[in-house]
Amino acid sequence: MKEQKQKTDGNKVFESARKTVKIFGRILPNILAIIFLSGLFIEFAPIDRMTNFLGGGLLADALTGATFGSISTGNPLISYVLGGELLDQGIGLVAVTALLVSWVTVGSIQLPAEMQSFGLRFALVRNILSFIFALIIALLTFITLQALGVTLR
Amino acid sequence: MMTSSPQKKKGKKQPVASLFIFLAVVAALYGLAFLLAPERSIHALHFGLKMLSRLAPILMLVCLLMFLLNLFIKPDWIQKHVGHDSGLKGFLIAIVSGIISMGPIYAWYGMLKDFHKKGMRPALVAAFLYSRSVKLPLLPLMVYYFGTVYTLVLSFYLVLFSAANGLLTEWLASGKKAEIARRID
Repeated sequence: MKEQKQKTDGNKVFESARKTVKIFGRILPNILAIIFLSGLFIEFAPIDRMTNFLGGGLLADALTGATFGSISTGNPLISYVLGGELLDQGIGLVAVTALLVSWVTVGSIQLPAEMQSFGLRFALVRNILSFIFALIIALLTFITLQALGVTLR
Repeated sequence: MMTSSPQKKKGKKQPVASLFIFLAVVAALYGLAFLLAPERSIHALHFGLKMLSRLAPILMLVCLLMFLLNLFIKPDWIQKHVGHDSGLKGFLIAIVSGIISMGPIYAWYGMLKDFHKKGMRPALVAAFLYSRSVKLPLLPLMVYYFGTVYTLVLSFYLVLFSAANGLLTEWLASGKKAEIARRID
């Protein structure tokens, strides 16, 4: 009886390991693709030239910030440093917040992998909504801070 | 497409070759970049390799977590706690898990896909992915750059919008919108 239970437990462990290897094996090519695409992006994308596109009003700046954030990748820390610098240069809080939020919520680089995992419609809808929400959150944060009487710079 | 019914997905397997399309496209982009700017493309490749070595422990951790979850968490549990009838509790589990999850977002795709197949609600998959925008280990740095009030306000909205993103994504992506419209007609 005890031997049979041990055998069943062993089977469960083996089955679980087999499943994990299978799932992970299927997602691994996409993970590698995203990692190496990020390398290309960081080397070639003009994210540091973002200031050239700003200064067109609250909403236009928010759109620019969200667009740059959406096509960016890498550690969110980079977006904090960039956002801090932009604030120092006089760029509005709405644009900076839109950049920070879309940086971590919209995944253009990961989109093909997300589509393969969850389907085209789910991935597209989720990312488009995340882009729109980045604009809304940027505006709400700005309004809330104004209402609280908080200024950042 | 991510459907609301996990059963529909059964028997529909992705061909192995299709798993490598994205990687092949990236390899082709590297080839193109090497022709146009060899030095910069090698620099990009070095960056990618460095990133891979940095992420390897996290990927292994996710792999271990997947193994343990596969071993101990049964589809019944998933359906009960993060399934279609999990309600507010399901959202809380998804959002808190998203906030405390580590590593890059794509490391979690495999596990979430498996959970969805076993009955996890699509809204909770989207909520998990969105709530990952609250980066607990980086909060002190955010406070340093933008102040405590800004960090608190932004984090509050990110958590709030995680649920909204989940619900709307499910509504728009699963065809429920069309279903409701048909009923109204």
